[in-house]
Amino acid sequence: MKRYLPFVIVVVVALATVGSGALLYRAKRPHVLPIPEDKTLSAKSGPESPHVRGNPNAPVTLEEYGDFQCPPCGMFAAFAGQLEKEYDSRLRVVFRNFPLKMHEHAAEAALAAEAAGMQGRFWEMHDVLYKEQDNWSTAPNVRELFESYAATIGLDVNKFKADMDSEHAKARVEADRLRGESLGIQTTPTLFINNQPLEQKDKNPEGIRAVINAALEKKSQI
Amino acid sequence: MTVSRFRTIIYVVAAIVSLAGLADATYLSVQALTGETLGCGGSPDCSKVLGSPYARIGGVPVALFGVLAYFCAFTFATFAAFGYTRARTFLIPTAGAMFLGTLWLLYVQAFLLHAYCRYCLFSAATTFLIAGLVIALPPGRERSVS
Repeated sequence: MKRYLPFVIVVVVALATVGSGALLYRAKRPHVLPIPEDKTLSAKSGPESPHVRGNPNAPVTLEEYGDFQCPPCGMFAAFAGQLEKEYDSRLRVVFRNFPLKMHEHAAEAALAAEAAGMQGRFWEMHDVLYKEQDNWSTAPNVRELFESYAATIGLDVNKFKADMDSEHAKARVEADRLRGESLGIQTTPTLFINNQPLEQKDKNPEGIRAVINAALEKKSQI
Repeated sequence: MTVSRFRTIIYVVAAIVSLAGLADATYLSVQALTGETLGCGGSPDCSKVLGSPYARIGGVPVALFGVLAYFCAFTFATFAAFGYTRARTFLIPTAGAMFLGTLWLLYVQAFLLHAYCRYCLFSAATTFLIAGLVIALPPGRERSVS
């Protein structure tokens, strides 16, 4: 019996590993819903109107739910810039705030971006926040840093400060967050291409390009 | 305590440590496959490390290789504890490869990403412990299962 005991132990551990891994995967697997028709870009205005970059009539829309303090979002921001150049007028990029609670300064960074947006410089602030992410993520004086970024991109700093504390900025961030939650979003970046959530297996440069190309092909057939 | 008994105790401890590493690597693999944003007690360092390009090899999460490595270490240590001499022959290179892989991952965290993931540090600690236990094995021939 002792001769076979190590085989039994190893098989039991293998089964336990596969079983617990599968259970954990099922529990943690995100169930993100497609964006419903009544929540598409053209259907909304006001606090829920999104930040759009690129051709407003582009056949493909890449919608991102992002957190300014999330490192993978920072990496994706650089890649999104490449995609915009590659696809030019065929792609528009939409950004929605989804600050995660685990990131200490993410909500404040979202407010900074919205405050910049009130002066028409949302994307400039978006780019600076991601570019400087390593610096402000761990800084104690994050507000001062955001104000210095506002000055760098040519904003009226006094208005920026007031706008960061405004109810309007908070409402915009909250509207994005609630919209994301209603779609089942739990992680960042969560991406949608033409309102369809990008699957985890496609969350890489080749996968994203393939899905965009497929969406372009689909549009050209209509 | 006889040398043989001492060896058996070391193999048993190595198997238990491998189990801890296996649990950690399994958790990190599931995290990588689901795309969950993982925080280290509120610090963004975990997502910085696990979301970096170094966390995947050819699209496969590094943690999955960790699962395989820890499972092999557990298997060889268990068989060695039951007196299978050939298992020790396999355990030594496995622990060596895991040790070298861990050194690389620590270098990436320290010098390329400037961020440490606590789950990865736990994995590094278990690997170093396994490697230390293998080094501590007394030399000489072992009693084998016939």
